[in-house]
Amino acid sequence: MQIVLNGESHEIEGDGEPVLARVLADAGLPARGIAVAVDGEVVPRASWNEHRITDGARVEVLTAVQGG
Amino acid sequence: MTEQADAPLIIGDEKFDSRLIMGTGGAANLEILERALVASGTELTTVALRRVDVTGGTGLLDLLRRLGIRVLPNTAGCRTAAEAVLTARLAREALETDLVKLEVVADERTLLPDPVELLDAAEQLVDDGFTVLPYTNDDPVLARKLEQTGCAAVMPLGSPIGTGLGIRNPHNIEMIVAEAGVPVVLDAGIGTASEAALAMELGCAAVLLATAVTRAADPERMATAMRRGVEAGWAARHAGRIPRRYWAHASSPDPDPGPA
Repeated sequence: MQIVLNGESHEIEGDGEPVLARVLADAGLPARGIAVAVDGEVVPRASWNEHRITDGARVEVLTAVQGG
Repeated sequence: MTEQADAPLIIGDEKFDSRLIMGTGGAANLEILERALVASGTELTTVALRRVDVTGGTGLLDLLRRLGIRVLPNTAGCRTAAEAVLTARLAREALETDLVKLEVVADERTLLPDPVELLDAAEQLVDDGFTVLPYTNDDPVLARKLEQTGCAAVMPLGSPIGTGLGIRNPHNIEMIVAEAGVPVVLDAGIGTASEAALAMELGCAAVLLATAVTRAADPERMATAMRRGVEAGWAARHAGRIPRRYWAHASSPDPDPGPA
C-alpha cells in the first residue's frame, strides 16, 4: 500500500496495516527526538506500537532544527 | 513587578541564572552556533520543528544536550491558532518539554503576531498544560490578556523579527512591564548590545535574540557583548539610576573662596 510520508509518496511492503512504530523503523527514522502526526493528529509515542497505518495515510515526522 | 537584583529568572517551574535566551536560527553551522551559545552564557535556546531529513539528523539536539542548554521549541511559520497548537503538541512529543514559544504571525512581510490567533492558541495551549511564552506585539492590552489566559511570560517585540531596529516603542515596553505579574521577555528586533541593555533597563526580565548574534560578522564576540549588555542593563535597572535634570549639577565641591 501507499502512504504519504513527509509529503512524498511512500510504498509500504507486506500485507495488512502495519503499526506506526514499524513504518518509522522501516523508513530508517531515529526513535528519539521526533514527533509524528497522522492525518493531522499527533500520535503520542506511547501509542506508536498500537496505531495502525492505513492506505493513503498522511504521516508527518518532525524534529528540531535551528530556528527562532 | 519588583525583583531582587540577584534573583534568578523563573518561567513556570523553570529557573535560570542567565537572563539571555538565545535562538539557534541563522547560524552558518553547528560549530559557530556552539561557540556563540557558550559565549552567550544562555541556559535556554529556541529551536524550530520541521520535517525530518531521512538522510540524517542535524545533530542540533545532541549539541544542546552536550552543552546542557534547555530547549524552547517555537511555532515559527504558523499562521493560525490550529497550526500553532498542532506544532506545539508535536514539539512536546519530540522534545519532551512543556515549554513553548508561541508564534502566530500574520504575514511573511512583517512577521508581526496575529493577535486574534495568538490569544486563541494561547488559551488552548494553557488548557492543555503547556508553559506558554507568547511572542506578542508591544501592546500592553494584548500582553495583559495573554497573562490573564495563564501564559507563563509575555514576550513583546522590540521591532519586527530580524530587522535589528532595536526597541521602537520603549514606553510601551515600560507599560507592559509596569502591569505584568509574569516575566516580560523582550523578543525580536535587537541589533546590538546597547539595545539588549536598554530592554533590561526598561524592566524586562530577560532578552531573547538570535539574528543579532548568529548573523553578526563575529557571532562569538557578539554573543559575549549581548551577555554583558543584558547583565549591565539588569544591574543598572536595580542600581537606582539618578533622576534626569534640566541643568548641570556639579559633582566636584564648590571652588574654594579666592583671596580676600
